[in-house]
Amino acid sequence: MESKIALVRDEFASELAKAENSADLEAIRVKYLGKKGPVTELMKGMKDLSNEEKKTFGQKVNELKGELTDKLAEKTAFLKEQEILKEIEATPDFDISMPASLGEGSYHPVTLVQRQCEQIFKSMGFAVEDYAEIVSDYECFEALNIPKHHPARDMQDTYYLDNGQLLKSHTSAAQNAIYKKYKDALINDGVPIKAIFPGRCFRNEATDACHENTFFQMEGVMVDKDISISNLIYFMKTMLSEVFRKDLKVRLRPGFFPFVEPGFELDISCLICGGDGCPSCKHSGWLELCPCGMIHPEVLKAGGIDPEEYTGFAFGLGLTRLVMMKYGIKDIRDLNSGSLKTLTQFTDDE
Amino acid sequence: MFLSMNWISDFVDFEGLDKLELIRRFSLSTAEVENEIFFKGSDISGIVVAEIKSVEEHPESKKLHLLKVDAGDGQLTDVVCGAPNVRVGMKTAFAKIGAKIGEIEITPRALAGYTSYGMCCSEKEVGISDDNSGIMDIKEEVANGTDIKDLYEVEDIVFEVDNKSLTNRPDLWGHYGIAREFAAIAGRPLKPLETADLSKYDSLKKIDMKIEDELCQRYSCLQVENITENVSPVNMKIRLYYCGMRSINLLADLTNYLMLEMGQPMHAFDSRKVEKLRIKRFDEAFTFTTLDGVERNIDENTLMICNGDTPVAIAGIMGGLDSEIVDDTTTLTLESATFNAVSIRKSTVRLAHRTDASMRYEKCLDPELTVPAIARFVKLLQDIDSGAQVVSSLTDERAFEYDRINLAFNKSFVDRYTGISIDNDTIVKTLTSLGFGVELAGDDFSVTVPSWRATKDVTMKADIIEEITRIYGYDNFDIHTTATPLYPVRPAEEKTVEDRIKDILVKRFSLHEAHSYVWVYYDEYKALGIEIEDNVKLMNATNPNIEVIRKSIIPTQLCQVKMNNTFAPDFGIFEVGRVVEGYREDGLCNERKKLAVSLFSKTKPVQQLYFELRDILLTLSADIKHLPLDFAGAKVLHNYEHPKNLNTIICDGKEIGRIGLVYPTVLKKIEKKANIVWAEIDVTDFSAVEAGSIRYEEPSKFPGIEIDLSFVSSKFAPIGEAVKNANCALIKGIDVVDTYEDENGQSITSRIYFAHPEKTLTKEEVMDVVNGIIAELEGKGIALKK
Repeated sequence: MESKIALVRDEFASELAKAENSADLEAIRVKYLGKKGPVTELMKGMKDLSNEEKKTFGQKVNELKGELTDKLAEKTAFLKEQEILKEIEATPDFDISMPASLGEGSYHPVTLVQRQCEQIFKSMGFAVEDYAEIVSDYECFEALNIPKHHPARDMQDTYYLDNGQLLKSHTSAAQNAIYKKYKDALINDGVPIKAIFPGRCFRNEATDACHENTFFQMEGVMVDKDISISNLIYFMKTMLSEVFRKDLKVRLRPGFFPFVEPGFELDISCLICGGDGCPSCKHSGWLELCPCGMIHPEVLKAGGIDPEEYTGFAFGLGLTRLVMMKYGIKDIRDLNSGSLKTLTQFTDDE
Repeated sequence: MFLSMNWISDFVDFEGLDKLELIRRFSLSTAEVENEIFFKGSDISGIVVAEIKSVEEHPESKKLHLLKVDAGDGQLTDVVCGAPNVRVGMKTAFAKIGAKIGEIEITPRALAGYTSYGMCCSEKEVGISDDNSGIMDIKEEVANGTDIKDLYEVEDIVFEVDNKSLTNRPDLWGHYGIAREFAAIAGRPLKPLETADLSKYDSLKKIDMKIEDELCQRYSCLQVENITENVSPVNMKIRLYYCGMRSINLLADLTNYLMLEMGQPMHAFDSRKVEKLRIKRFDEAFTFTTLDGVERNIDENTLMICNGDTPVAIAGIMGGLDSEIVDDTTTLTLESATFNAVSIRKSTVRLAHRTDASMRYEKCLDPELTVPAIARFVKLLQDIDSGAQVVSSLTDERAFEYDRINLAFNKSFVDRYTGISIDNDTIVKTLTSLGFGVELAGDDFSVTVPSWRATKDVTMKADIIEEITRIYGYDNFDIHTTATPLYPVRPAEEKTVEDRIKDILVKRFSLHEAHSYVWVYYDEYKALGIEIEDNVKLMNATNPNIEVIRKSIIPTQLCQVKMNNTFAPDFGIFEVGRVVEGYREDGLCNERKKLAVSLFSKTKPVQQLYFELRDILLTLSADIKHLPLDFAGAKVLHNYEHPKNLNTIICDGKEIGRIGLVYPTVLKKIEKKANIVWAEIDVTDFSAVEAGSIRYEEPSKFPGIEIDLSFVSSKFAPIGEAVKNANCALIKGIDVVDTYEDENGQSITSRIYFAHPEKTLTKEEVMDVVNGIIAELEGKGIALKK
């Protein structure tokens, strides 16, 4: 009997070694462990043995059965792994360096930069206002302390329409409406006015690589009881450092704009050389970026706000100019051209 | 405007101070200085005074002379010189061996067979004028060998200030006013201007002068005669030249010099031509020839200086040719006046002629300047030509009084406005140095504004803040954030909608955002055959191509599509922009914010493209408003619209836009082999629609049932309507699974989904509803296919 067991074990081992797939394994399982297989036969053959022998031999047959079952399972697992490895082997290597075609959409670069600016101001509690492109002479000039025949009207050659309205020549044209919108909350509830208003502006001038008759600005105002020049400088420095994502130096120079007093031209340290002087800042170390100032008392008055009680600052950021600086666009006219060769390059920039 | 540091130094002692640093601070405290600073005279060296001792003709050249010059070094130097004005005994500027003129170093040089050991120089070569007609003729008694820089003010630091940054500062249009700023910045005193005492002429006759029009605010004049000098001193000529003016003759130079020094334009008339000075306007237009020989049209608004009724000058702009000083002029009448700034500005615009004088008058000049300017003129004239005689008393008339401005404020006002603390002493010192009268009692200031700042510049307390802070220096400010309470900020709905539209179009549909102009493009529209529809117009467009404001973005967008027709076989662009739909009832422009989308394809059939665009619109509405859209057939309103498949877009019952194809002729001009679809919606109207909400319904846990029905119909709409009319809560949705053509025409196979929340449905349970739908459609003549 012992030799029989050894024989079964050897035959099983040699057949199992030859098995190549799950079908072979199933055949081996049926052959050795099935109802008509040698293990069953051995079990059956035990009926003629003595009790003592039954005990010894039965244990051995059971051992054999367990051994065959384990080996079969082992081989099954092995073959499965082999099959996976084969499948992995059969998977081709892709050439990740092949040129891609994303079919991405694109934002107008002004939208991208405008959103960045809006985000910065929103985080500081400013409301984002939207304003018309066509405004009245009052909004664009009179309410901003620019009376008729003021030379400042020459500085901004304005497009007038046949009904007496005009295409706004600066985003400051929205100031009066903003003050009127928020003054009650300011006066009655002490809510400071904090607003920015990006928008499209128009100037009647000949166009070239540096001049456009249609461009974007972003105006900002803040009015409260004790807004100071010191606050203005702080906000401008913080905002511009955020926009350019570096700690910028800013400097103010006196600048004349009828709707602010004092009025400033704000320069930032050159983005290229950091202030040491290079060709792009004409070796001055500074870039003129944005006019700003303390809101003129007459402008506050026109907005229904008492300048004795409240002060505020205002600034006008040239969004189009910022876009050109940020992306290195040399010809301003590209922005309104609608050329997809230009525009499709500006996928999301956040 | 160019400014000379030498000139400024006449009035402020800069001893021991860094002039370049002062210029930098001027830029930060007063007005922007252009980057390039000119170091005049720095590029020449070794040029000395030398006397020509002998002159010989060059044997072979008609032009050249052989000179021996004494350059003060105890020997005679041989020089070959081509200048025509050489003569024995003449002193000239001589560049010795080793001298430098710009990049050139003077070395012994052979000229037509002779060696020249140096070079005689013209004023141009020395850099002090553009006169290159001959070598310098030095009149001064000065030792040979004297460095030219010791003799004349060749060396100077000249800087430029952009005129635009001085528009609000009438006092900065001359060196004296600029010097006042430098004095304040440097903390040094400003020296008074030296002037002649005119009171000693009070007994002389007055000039017959009368202001007959209040546009002339002040008119001061004086007669002078017996002027024998005709040439200006070299140093005066150098200053004029460095400041961008050419020397003409002594009188012209003096008026220019005065203007550059004090900012006060002056004019000299031949006294014979202005016996009866009258300042007035004329009732009728006429022509007038100015001293530049140009005949100009003068209208009834232009103020004129007249001799009786004969005009002799355009006030504040330019003198007349006929009253100009000529060779036999013996007596001249000096004019120093102030005119209404707006009137001068308008006149220069009408005449299209801006002069150095009018530029200054436009800024509201200090009316107190007219008399000191004459007194200064007389002083300078008599220093140069001691024989010059004043032959009239000062004749001076005012027709205008400016406001004397007094401002009261206290220190806490300054602290609050600045956000920092500037001490009282600094405030007093700063304002005093700028010419303000200051009285301080405790913390209360009372400030008198000087006349040169009072014409329009400084009128209120905030202006005083600027004076204090700009001299204090913004670089010196301690900066800090505000102490304001926090309140929530709600975003504006329309802005949010606009942002979401852009995100969906870019991120989900891969469209490209473009901007176009707010006006129609005549030429481009014409090229596409798009009609230019009457609308609001620009009154003053310099470019006739852009006169009419657009009613819709679609035509400008189609122009952009054409421009990009070779960019890619398929692309889509969009713009959120403004249009004007005519005038509103109150006469104002009906400005609207629109979204325009165009899809272009060379690969897709037009119907597919059209449905893509429709689905984009549906997505916008579903995503932003949780609402479906309806479409209704529309009539052609614009000639670029294709009459087929033109629909209005309806959201929540309100018409918000249009979708359509491009009229065939326009399409062919854009691109023959492409399809284009467009849609435009009104962003304001769309954002005003009240959004639907998400309505959650628990999905049934039991299997539902699908019923497919085929109807002979070319349109889906009646099928959808019949299903909707069945008004059955068990219906969860409807799809189209097939459309096909056979002998009966077009058929649509729809699949209706049924589900019950609490049990598994059987076909029998929904057949009543299905039969109802079939019956309704058959009632409309739409047959069920068996």
